[in-house]
Amino acid sequence: MGEAIVITSGKGGVGKTTSSANIGTALALLGKKVCMVDTDIGLRNLDVVMGLENRIIYDLVDVAEGRCRLNQAMIKDKRFDELYLLPAAQTKDKDSVTPDQIREIILELKKDFDFVIIDCPAGIEQGFKNAIAGADSAIVVTTPENAAVRDADRIIGLLEAQKLRGAKLIINRVRANMMKNGDMLDIDEICQILAIDLIGVVPDDEHVIKAANSGEPTVMSATSRASIAYRNIARRIVGDAVPLMALDEKKGAFTKLKKLFGLG
Amino acid sequence: MAAIKHLVTIKGVKEGLIFLLDDTCNFESLIKDLRNKLTKTHQNILSGPDIQVQVRLGKRTISETQKQIITDIIAKRGNLIIRSMDSEFDLVKVNDQPKLKMMKTIIRSGQTIHHDGDILILGDVNPGGTITSTHDIYILGSLRGMAHAGINGNEQSIIASSHMKPTQLRIAGIISRPPDEWGIEEAFMEFAYLSEGQMKIDKVVNIHRVRPDALEL
Repeated sequence: MGEAIVITSGKGGVGKTTSSANIGTALALLGKKVCMVDTDIGLRNLDVVMGLENRIIYDLVDVAEGRCRLNQAMIKDKRFDELYLLPAAQTKDKDSVTPDQIREIILELKKDFDFVIIDCPAGIEQGFKNAIAGADSAIVVTTPENAAVRDADRIIGLLEAQKLRGAKLIINRVRANMMKNGDMLDIDEICQILAIDLIGVVPDDEHVIKAANSGEPTVMSATSRASIAYRNIARRIVGDAVPLMALDEKKGAFTKLKKLFGLG
Repeated sequence: MAAIKHLVTIKGVKEGLIFLLDDTCNFESLIKDLRNKLTKTHQNILSGPDIQVQVRLGKRTISETQKQIITDIIAKRGNLIIRSMDSEFDLVKVNDQPKLKMMKTIIRSGQTIHHDGDILILGDVNPGGTITSTHDIYILGSLRGMAHAGINGNEQSIIASSHMKPTQLRIAGIISRPPDEWGIEEAFMEFAYLSEGQMKIDKVVNIHRVRPDALEL
């Protein structure tokens, strides 16, 4: 029986879909059997980020309503044999499935996969309730902005109310120099407010945008700093003890140097 | 002696009579006075139809035999029916239970906690979170959200916190925005209170001077 992890944030645009795609791919890189589920019905993106948009035949709503079998809707990734995507419907809305239907689908997927990564829509309405229905644990994504931290806090409260305790935190789009100058919320400050375990800090990296637009997850690049951060997160999910990279000032200078050589 | 101190006071209420028994004298003189009142001085008033009687013992605690003695004396009248016999000690015990409520929690954005009475939070109140109470609020942790003490208008209420960085503080009907109005971003081990309709802030060590009654039962 695998583990179902929901990637959520409350606020939109903080990098839920990017994180889902990259964590899913990074886990596949580690040799795990992974299925990614997009629950953002009506505004699906995960397929675009993964570059699998043109392979969609059936979707989540079709499975929920019994128009197709689960494995007919699952799309095998281009790069990995054991990485699959269950896309959301684009023409329906969030109310077209119920939490119970999702729970059943996730339960079915957990039998075959090591990890089921659920990409949650923004907001706290029906879509959120659907997404967390089948999850065993949660990863909350935030950025070092007050608004995103507020929403993350709200989400953690709602997760706890749904008995999803022990959520992990990803702080996305961190700029080391802005943090050093005090122009950006400090990582310690964010952790203090949210009071949950930090599982990774992802630096702001132009490569992420480039990768998302080309339908190639960032983690496929061996040199990008964001890629290394996501690979580290995946290793922490499977239980490895990997130290945080961006927190240390010395390491910051080192990675800058690496960036100079690696990316030019 | 100018006036004899009455050890037994009889009061009429809607439900019947209340016998207030003095709790400072010794039991013998109390019994003597009670017997005297019932059989001699107040005989006329006490005769008539059946009357419900509540016996209040004040702070005195009595044994079962003493209780029986009092019951016997009153029962002799025939028309007096004892409904209850209690001391303040029992009443206090019942009252003090919900006075200070303790909670271990993080009040996160969008969550609201309310309590009638004093409340002590072991944990943080995050921005967007709300804590309200009819009396004092004490926080062993960070107050970053909104706290409203004395929500029913009790201006004696205070808000104390180990780390004060609230978005807004309210006591009774007064609203304050600390970062804008106080010129300080955050404070440690401080409490807010009302003085002449203005919200003030002071060190927690001074609570006993500013609000000597805080947390008293």
